[in-house]
Amino acid sequence: MSIGEQLGVSHSTIYDRMKKMEHHGVIRAYTVVVDNEKIGKRKITALVTIVASPRESEKVAEKLCKVREVLEVYASVSDELSIIAKVVADTQEMLHDFIANSVAPIPGVLRIRTAIVTKKFKEIALPIDDSPKRLTTVRGKRVKVEKLDLERGSKFEDS
Amino acid sequence: MREEANSKILRVVPREKAFYFFTSIGNYTGESASSLKEFMEKLSFLDVKVVEFHVNRGDFEKWTVEVLGDNKLAEEIVTLRKGGLRGEQLRSQLCVMVSRRYQQLVRPVVLFR
Repeated sequence: MSIGEQLGVSHSTIYDRMKKMEHHGVIRAYTVVVDNEKIGKRKITALVTIVASPRESEKVAEKLCKVREVLEVYASVSDELSIIAKVVADTQEMLHDFIANSVAPIPGVLRIRTAIVTKKFKEIALPIDDSPKRLTTVRGKRVKVEKLDLERGSKFEDS
Repeated sequence: MREEANSKILRVVPREKAFYFFTSIGNYTGESASSLKEFMEKLSFLDVKVVEFHVNRGDFEKWTVEVLGDNKLAEEIVTLRKGGLRGEQLRSQLCVMVSRRYQQLVRPVVLFR
């Protein structure tokens, strides 16, 4: 079922809205997520936590963002200021060399903890459906979903 | 000529050439060494797991040859690795080895005529 059919609007409306969302940066990219195992290219994925000095943490994160092997970079504050990066490599040896030669020497890096992913249970982008309010069609009438109640079904509110 | 070679081995290397100590794959301790002197000092207090990890991987001999340019020390570390020592014994042997080499380099042999 197309997006237009799902929302009860024309294809051209959907097209215009998508173009607007692209223009405003709401839709940032259209991408393909390839299962590397299925195409015979097994890669090691690691979640690398870098404890950095508060003064240098932004720079550390910026440097990591420029590296091809680093897929995602986040900042986090728990006990200490940390940067969490998702890194891929062909082998454990290459992962270690990358961290030892390219991450540890970055000024401001205090410590690094690396967790190698052994099994992936779920990996998706956040579905748009999870937004608290959305429009949907019930018995041919467009209504606004107030909140999703998984136990009793959705509670609706007329738009 | 020899003094020049010695000072090359004893020099302080830039940050990107320093030795970074790890406990295991990807787990950086936060300790690094930018010279043979600093390397010798850090070896004495770092967790023994760190020493075992790098000795088994051959990282120390690689760094001493490729960065410091000290083939003699590297050969000694290779011999130590092949000896199969573990734990504190390994650390103490390595510390003695590096310290002895450091002393040789800072105090060049005086030739009596």
